[in-house]
Amino acid sequence: MERIPILKMGDFLLVTIQVDMYDRLALNLENDLVQMVHKNGSKGVLIDISAVSIVDSFMGRIIGNVGTMSKILDAETVVVGMQPAVAITLVELGLPLAGVHTALNVEKGMALLQSKIAIDPLDLDMQQDEGVDDDQPE
Amino acid sequence: MATNSTTSLLIKRRKDIFQIWVDHQVEDPALRDDLMSNDELRNQSEEFLDLFLQAIKSGNLEDISRTEYQPIVDLLTGISLSRAHSGFTPRETALYVLSLKKAVIRVLQEELENDPASLVNEILNISNLLDSLSLVTFETYIQGREEVILRQTSEMNEISTPVIRVWEGVLALPIIGTLDSERTQIVMENLLQEIVETESNIAILDISGVPAVDTLVAQHLIKTVDATRLMGAECIISGIRPEIAQTIVHLGINLEGVQTKATLASALKYAFSKMNMVVTKRK
Repeated sequence: MERIPILKMGDFLLVTIQVDMYDRLALNLENDLVQMVHKNGSKGVLIDISAVSIVDSFMGRIIGNVGTMSKILDAETVVVGMQPAVAITLVELGLPLAGVHTALNVEKGMALLQSKIAIDPLDLDMQQDEGVDDDQPE
Repeated sequence: MATNSTTSLLIKRRKDIFQIWVDHQVEDPALRDDLMSNDELRNQSEEFLDLFLQAIKSGNLEDISRTEYQPIVDLLTGISLSRAHSGFTPRETALYVLSLKKAVIRVLQEELENDPASLVNEILNISNLLDSLSLVTFETYIQGREEVILRQTSEMNEISTPVIRVWEGVLALPIIGTLDSERTQIVMENLLQEIVETESNIAILDISGVPAVDTLVAQHLIKTVDATRLMGAECIISGIRPEIAQTIVHLGINLEGVQTKATLASALKYAFSKMNMVVTKRK
């Protein structure tokens, strides 16, 4: 079965969608991503959709869902590189992806994720107290 | 049979009809010799009359959708279109055909003086026919005007949505005039495309030139802001006049989640602070 690879980069997960999505693929991605967030205790998910030129309401909902689910698992989601046509389509479909952060490209998305984590005071405390223990097993 | 004799009668008196018709047109105080020279008018009228006589030779005086009327309808279409484009009023354009009726009736009167019954009959026939022809003029005249309006609309759309790069990473888009769906679409596409090309983080939508904001316009604005956000940039709406602020609140439009600023200057200031930049005076 075809799958979209999810790359782990430290505290973040990186997903690059290089093909046009169909429903089954999107569902698998949602499933895998939530599993990965849970398994790695990731703090951020970055989804690059710069190569996606077609979205439908289902795809839009999946992206929104991933954002909400990750939020529940304490991870921020950033969608980067959305094409103008895709943005217009999503807005016209009434799916402004409220729970998801956005950025122009991967670089800016990463910077955004890093700043999101840095300003979380609870996280800073955690890193001071338990950070060393958390990182050791890696 | 009567119709045929009239037709040949009209063909016989072609010269007189033409003279009366052209005289009528030239004498008309509404004649636009500034838009069209008398010679041109004369040539056009002659061609029209010839085709008209050609068409009625067929004996069909009712149905102008038949093939024998094709040339004259085509000519009329051309005349009305060119008149619409060069700025004739609808009245002047319609009178062109209607004045031919006068000329034809005058000639018929002279010829059929002794036969009032057939005179009435023939006048009715010719009059009906010319009425339908003048309807054709009118339809195409309106169509020509419509084309002019459409062209101007698209031109206006093209020139009225410039995306300005005010700073590195900051785009501004002053909107002048009312926002309808079609324009919003163009505005949105231009803005998003420009965001991709310049990798800008902030877009300022200046609506000082928008005369009124109703629920529909507000919805379009919100859509644009949402789409910009989806692209990964922030959108600020600036240039909100007090009246517009009042309307927005009275209409119950929710602009929460949309960053609004009173002037383009304050929007730019906000953009600078977002980008951690400070503008200072040199000491």
